[in-house]
Amino acid sequence: MQTATQTATVIPRRKPKKMQIFREISAARTTMLAVASFVVILAAWLAVSMLELVDPVFLPKPHHVLLELIRQLGTGEYWSHIGISVFRVTAGFILACVLGIPIGIFAGAFRAGSAFLEPPVEFIRYMPAVAFIPLIMIWAGIGEWAKILLIFIGCFFQVVLMTADITRRVNPDLLHVSYTLGAGRWQAIATVVVPAIRPELVTMMRLMLGWAWTYLVVAELIAVNSGLGYAIMKAQRFLNTDQIFAGIIVIGLLGLFSDRLFAFLHKRAFPWI
Amino acid sequence: MEPAVKPSPAETLISISGLGKVYRTKKSEFTALKDIHLEIGNHEFLTLIGPSGCGKSTLLRILAGLEEATEGTVLIDGRPIDGPGADRGMVFQSYTLFPWLTVRQNIEYGLKLKGVPLLERRRVSEFYLRMIRLERFAAAYPKQLSGGMKQRVAIARALANKPKVLLMDEPFGALDAQTKQEMQELLLEVWEKEKTTVVFITHDIEEAVFLSQRICVMGANPGRIIAEYPVPLPPKRNEETRLQPAFTALKRELAALLRHGH
Repeated sequence: MQTATQTATVIPRRKPKKMQIFREISAARTTMLAVASFVVILAAWLAVSMLELVDPVFLPKPHHVLLELIRQLGTGEYWSHIGISVFRVTAGFILACVLGIPIGIFAGAFRAGSAFLEPPVEFIRYMPAVAFIPLIMIWAGIGEWAKILLIFIGCFFQVVLMTADITRRVNPDLLHVSYTLGAGRWQAIATVVVPAIRPELVTMMRLMLGWAWTYLVVAELIAVNSGLGYAIMKAQRFLNTDQIFAGIIVIGLLGLFSDRLFAFLHKRAFPWI
Repeated sequence: MEPAVKPSPAETLISISGLGKVYRTKKSEFTALKDIHLEIGNHEFLTLIGPSGCGKSTLLRILAGLEEATEGTVLIDGRPIDGPGADRGMVFQSYTLFPWLTVRQNIEYGLKLKGVPLLERRRVSEFYLRMIRLERFAAAYPKQLSGGMKQRVAIARALANKPKVLLMDEPFGALDAQTKQEMQELLLEVWEKEKTTVVFITHDIEEAVFLSQRICVMGANPGRIIAEYPVPLPPKRNEETRLQPAFTALKRELAALLRHGH
C-alpha cells in the first residue's frame, strides 16, 4: 500500500557539528555561557568551602566574603580607603599619559627620536616596579608622592612604547596628502597624526589603567596607613581572609568599572570609525 | 606617430628636463626613470599612460615632491621643486580622506591650514560641494560614502586649495565601470570650470583618450617616454565622443603601441 510519505523522498539533514570556528552564536547563548561560567566558579568555591576540604583561613565561605564586603561598604572608613586608592591610581596614570604620550608620538614620528629614546625605555621597561620601591623611598620619601611615583613608573615606559607603535601605524598616505594640501611637519603631526591615533590611544589608555590598578597594592607597600592595599594587608595580619577577598574583589570591580567607562567613551567620542 | 605638440614657452607651467630616478640598494640598482623630458602647459590636461613598472607613478610623486629625482630638474613656473606643497595638489587611488573629518571639513582642510576665516571657508566648501553634487552629504563621515563619492570629495579637497596643478594617480582605478564613466564626465566638467592644469595617470586607454588633450606613452625598463600624442577631439566631451571615429582610431593606435612597445 502506497502512502503519501512513501512517495516523498526525505533527505536526511546532517546535523552541523557544535562549535564551528568563528561561527556566530545567539546573544542568549552568549549570556547563558557567561552566567554559567560564574555559576561554576561559585559552585566549586561553595562546594570546597562547605565540605570543609580546606581550612577556612585559606578559603573562606563565599557568603562570608559577601557579608564582609557588604559590611565594609557600609562604613565611611572603607569608602575613604577606596577614595584615596582611586586618587593614587588616577594620578599616577594621568601623569604617565601626560608625559608618555607626547614622548611616544615624537619617537613614533621621527626615526631619530625612536633611535634615541627607545633603547633606554625598552631596557627600563623590564625592570619590575617592585624593585624600585627602595629607590622611591629614598627619592620621594613615604608620602603620597611615593605611591603615585610607583604607579607612574609602572605605566610610563609602556605608554611611551605603545604610543610610538601606534604612531608608526598611521597610514603614510594620509601624511602625504596633508603635505600636498600645504601642511608642514608639525602641522602634519597636529592635524593628521594626533587625530588619527586618538581611538587607538584611548584603547591603549584603557589597557594601561588596568595595569595601573594592579600596581596599586604594590604601591601601597610603601608604608601606608590608608587605601585598599592597606586594608588588605591589615586583614592579612589578622588572617581575616574574607576581608582580603573582599578587598581584592573591590579593586577588581573598580578596575572593571573604569574599563567599561573607557569603552563607552570610545564609542561616543569616535563616531567616524 | 603624430608630431608632439608642445606648449609655447610662455604657457609652460612645468618643465622637466633630463629627469632620472635610480633606486640603489646594497645589492642592486633599479632605474625607475631615465632621461625624461616633458613640458606641461598651463590649463592643460595631460595623461601619462603605460604598463606597470614604467615609472609613471614615480614621475608623479617626483612632481608632487614626495620623492626626489636622482638626476635632472623639474621647474614649476620657472622655479625648482623643493618638497611637497599646496601648489601641487594630489589625488590618490585610495581616496585617503581624513576619516575623522566630515566631508565638508575634509574639503576645508587646506584652507584651515592657511588660516582662512570660517565664513570664507564655508563659502568655498559650499561651492565645491555643489560642483561635485554632494551638498546633502556635507556632514557625513567618509565611512558612510561609496568609493565614487569619496573620490569626488578627494578631488574637491585638492581643488579647494587652488593648486597650480592637480596630480591624479589612477584615481578611478578602484571604481566599477559605470561609476568610472560618470566620474570621468564629472572630472571634465570640473576641469572646464576650474581650468586647473591636470597630470593624470591611468592604464585605461579609453579613459586617457576621453579625458586628455595630450597623452604621453611610457615604456618600462628603463622607465621613459616613448611617444606623445595630441588628442584630436573637441574639448567638450560626452558619451557620444567615445563613439567618434577619431576616438576609436587613437585608441587602436595606443593599444598597438602598448602591446608591442613600438
